[in-house]
Amino acid sequence: MLLIPCPNCGPRDETEFHYGGQAHVAYPENPAELTDREWAEYLFYRDNTKGAFAERWLHSTGCRQWFNMLRDTVTYDIQAVYPMGEPRPDKENAATGTTAPTLTSPVSPEGAVK
Amino acid sequence: MTTEHLPEHPDFLWRNPDPKSSYDAVIVGGGGHGLATAYYLAKNHGMTNIAILEKGWLAGGNMARNTTIIRSNYLWDESAAIYEHALKLWEILPEELEYDFLFSQRGVMNLAHTLGDVRESVRRVGANKLNGVDAEWLDPQQVKELCPILNINDNIRYPVMGATYQPRAGIAKHDHVAWAFARKCDELGVDIIQNCEVTGFIKDGNKVVGVKTNRGTINTEKVGLCAAGHSSVLAEMAGFRLPIQSHPLQALVSELHEPVHPTVVMSNHVHVYVSQAHKGELVMGAGVDSYNGYGQRGSFHVIEHQMAAAVELFPIFARAHVLRTWGGIVDTTLDASPIVGTTPVENMFVNCGWGTGGFKGTPAAGLTFAHTIATGTPHKLNQPFALERFETGALIDEHGAAAVAH
Repeated sequence: MLLIPCPNCGPRDETEFHYGGQAHVAYPENPAELTDREWAEYLFYRDNTKGAFAERWLHSTGCRQWFNMLRDTVTYDIQAVYPMGEPRPDKENAATGTTAPTLTSPVSPEGAVK
Repeated sequence: MTTEHLPEHPDFLWRNPDPKSSYDAVIVGGGGHGLATAYYLAKNHGMTNIAILEKGWLAGGNMARNTTIIRSNYLWDESAAIYEHALKLWEILPEELEYDFLFSQRGVMNLAHTLGDVRESVRRVGANKLNGVDAEWLDPQQVKELCPILNINDNIRYPVMGATYQPRAGIAKHDHVAWAFARKCDELGVDIIQNCEVTGFIKDGNKVVGVKTNRGTINTEKVGLCAAGHSSVLAEMAGFRLPIQSHPLQALVSELHEPVHPTVVMSNHVHVYVSQAHKGELVMGAGVDSYNGYGQRGSFHVIEHQMAAAVELFPIFARAHVLRTWGGIVDTTLDASPIVGTTPVENMFVNCGWGTGGFKGTPAAGLTFAHTIATGTPHKLNQPFALERFETGALIDEHGAAAVAH
């Protein structure tokens, strides 16, 4: 079972959470202008990464807040937890050329990611 | 029932050749679907200069990890057609492959626990009959007669309100199925190459012309992907995407017991499915873990839930012990139906998305996929399952429709 470090509540059992799939998938700005192919991409196609994967979780029986998590899909290690709307912490450096924020990884069992 | 003796462990049934420098077709993935595809390519289409590339050992992925249930009682016409064709092939394959893999048509029951379940089930029985699939509706008393150890009291949280029953459904010995196909493939000249991992594809423009592996480069005219949970990884190497999410799916077995369970019982609502293997283990599975995963293991609370459901339905299981649990990586689609057909890459074909129910489809997947690889065109049974349906919107939505314990 995953021990998930909720950014508001600290480490909690996976059973308190709901999975929200791939993070950073924006709703299309002009849905009416999309081709069938593009609409299919938005509706049905998601990354299925083997390795570090940015995904959404909802702490449904706790604070009821959504957040993003970076997790390895092979080892299931949780590498970072960060607010929705913020870029992936492991990609920001490459994308913007600025200094990457400190990863909250590895997450300690005490859940130091408040 | 469950007292048959297993056959002796067989001698070597296939060669272990080194890969040649070129083949007419290469199948990636040496599980049930890859083996069946190669078998029908050789038998039905005369393509014998072909290879199966398996990154681990033969049939060591989901073929070794499933709960071996075979049934065809799906709701929609397209699904009923392909799964019923598979069931008809299962009925003749032991003789055709000259290998008794203990296909036991002991029937499958899909329980109904709510009024919604009852309505869905009765509707599905009607749809099945119209599609030539054997199906009947059982009331709780008939359920009890067929499976006396089932608890049909109405004092449990979700009492059994009836069940659909498919008498021709059942289970088979999965390992023996793989060995049966592998032996025939080998006899027909197919090279089964284990410990051979695909690391990339060689393309000429948009056409695949070769496969890079950890055992060298292999030129080929055609590539068929049968890699289940790793389909997305291979597609990415080839330069296209699949609408697949890989999830862990867990199962468990108990210690060996006397024969107590005469059929297969599935419950979508309390979510467990149970049969008793030929040797005597109680075999149970349930739904996937919610998160994406390639780890061939899942979370324990999923096991806990399925055992709670099993003990409520079968009170005598309360004192059985779990012998082991395990996980496989299943390739799920959003309409819970497989993807079989062409890809955006020329001469590359894909068979994936069978999700939690690929074992039962093995022979029909192989037969129709072989047709598609050999001719470059869809088979009439796999045509509706083409990748394009996610663009056209012609989905085959079996989620919650087909007694599917997805």
